[in-house]
Amino acid sequence: MATDVYAGTLAAGEPAVGATRRSRTRGRTRSRSPRPTSGAALYRPWWTPWLWVAPAIVVIGVFGVFPFLNTILLSFTDARPLGGGGDWVGMDNYSRMVADPAFWLAVRNSVLYAVVAVPLLVILPLMLAQLVYKKVPAIGFFRTAFYAPVVASMVAVALVWQNLVSENGPINTALKQVGIIDSPIPFLSDTTLLLLTAVALTVWKGLGWYMIFYLSALASVPKDLYEAASLDGAGTFRQFVHVTVPGVRLTMLLVGIMSGIGSLRVFTEIYILGGATGGVGGQARTLPFYIRDVALDPISGNVGYGAAISVALFVLTIGLAVASHKLGSKEED
Amino acid sequence: MTWWRTHGRTRALVTRYVLLLVVLAISVGPLLWQFSSSLKGPQDALYGSEATFFPANPTFAAYQTVFEQVPMGTYIRNSLIMCLLTVFSQVVFPTLAGYMLSRQGWRGRGVFYWVLIISMMFPFESIMVSLYTQITDLGLDDSFIGVWLPGAISAVNVLITRAAFSAVPNEVEDAAMLDGAGEVRRFWKIYLPAARGAMVVVVINSFIAAWDDFLWPFIVLRSEELYTLSLGLSRLAASSLSYDPRVTMAGSIIAIVPILVLFVALQRYFFKGVESGAVK
Repeated sequence: MATDVYAGTLAAGEPAVGATRRSRTRGRTRSRSPRPTSGAALYRPWWTPWLWVAPAIVVIGVFGVFPFLNTILLSFTDARPLGGGGDWVGMDNYSRMVADPAFWLAVRNSVLYAVVAVPLLVILPLMLAQLVYKKVPAIGFFRTAFYAPVVASMVAVALVWQNLVSENGPINTALKQVGIIDSPIPFLSDTTLLLLTAVALTVWKGLGWYMIFYLSALASVPKDLYEAASLDGAGTFRQFVHVTVPGVRLTMLLVGIMSGIGSLRVFTEIYILGGATGGVGGQARTLPFYIRDVALDPISGNVGYGAAISVALFVLTIGLAVASHKLGSKEED
Repeated sequence: MTWWRTHGRTRALVTRYVLLLVVLAISVGPLLWQFSSSLKGPQDALYGSEATFFPANPTFAAYQTVFEQVPMGTYIRNSLIMCLLTVFSQVVFPTLAGYMLSRQGWRGRGVFYWVLIISMMFPFESIMVSLYTQITDLGLDDSFIGVWLPGAISAVNVLITRAAFSAVPNEVEDAAMLDGAGEVRRFWKIYLPAARGAMVVVVINSFIAAWDDFLWPFIVLRSEELYTLSLGLSRLAASSLSYDPRVTMAGSIIAIVPILVLFVALQRYFFKGVESGAVK
């Protein structure tokens, strides 16, 4: 279950940040004033609030925070999936990881994925939002239709794409009829093409999702800026570059971080398009794919080593978030 | 052509609709192609240059076959069970916690808030190894509870409902207190109705997520009678050499349609909730 509820988690990046700021200031005013702002708190026994939050704090603590600490611990052991092992092995898993070509291949694939997908997912949904922002007749229909790929399940749409790009599928057939190609493009058997096809699928499915973020951001761009720009003779493109983009820059940063983290989490696209091996000889495996292969096979699984790669995935994720934040705040100067 | 040049506003509108239709073809076209292919009879070409969009001999035979060849009914039932479990826990518990988090003046509120924020920093894929060992230690391997439990309550939904509750002015609460309304009553009568929009967003998001989820059930479940629709579909596709491709296509359409219908039915509330900032 966890997977996409966590994807939703990332979606909330923005309110979380805003909320932090808000509750911090609130906390401060509270500690300065002798009494809480609302009278209700005075009549509440100390344990009532804990009763209300208990289920949430237990589940989130045990399955949200503890697993990370446990992953770090496990990465220093030789634990096996169904119990057994678990002895301290020091840095062994990490030295094995650094020397493991399959690990570096997975890192390369995941990074390549992010490098191609992020710019597309930052720009295309913004253009899409711009297109559906104005309330012209039937716009509700278009907005809902553009959101359809988001709600359709990934396994199902990956199967749709598998048909689209297959050897005699509509895309290859159309290209052949137009005369661009003579022999079909091996979208699914060539490793690089497989990764790019998976990126295209991720982008296609993510367009509507990120469009929503930009739609609410566009509402805050002052309308008179567009009028002023148009009076100055700026066309649609220059209005987009000089008014829209600066107006939604913070949302672009948020979408960049979210889509970047999303790219590092890709598993299903590769599994369905490239098969259970993850492309020919596992050449197209992403980091989550490799973690699953290494750690979660009941017989040959190596939890300790998988945990070490999980830590690497986490470091990569945080690194990406910090890097884009730096990039975003630098542009602000 | 002079008309085209002089009617700037009409031209802009025409361009807009042309672009909208192009994007429509890109976003919905693949799904429609899959749907039309799944309706093709054995004589209709699926691939190559003879393949047409509208089947000459439309039939629901592939839909019948997919139910005969794999336990489609069981997959659908299992997916629905997972969705109902998840929607239930994601609506009830985060709402309770979100309400308390929006109240001030209790010890531990800050700690709870930080537990939520920290838990959101870890992508599921970087903790799934530990989650799997935890689930096996609890003896929940290969069970619905094992699939459901780790994602039963999400920090993000606590924050979404918290934001909705915070929007209710303090004066309303104080007035209700003067009228003698206790905590539970105030929550039920004043706060819950105010957070309806946020709760619709939570319902839709968690239903879609549970229906869509693949990697975690794939790790936890091994018995085929527990497979969700996503797992069953991937298995059907992997063994498709022995099957007619139309059967896999029919299977994927069966997975897409219910969720699409649900979304179209609720989209009014969804986009409203989004516009009011519930998911922003």
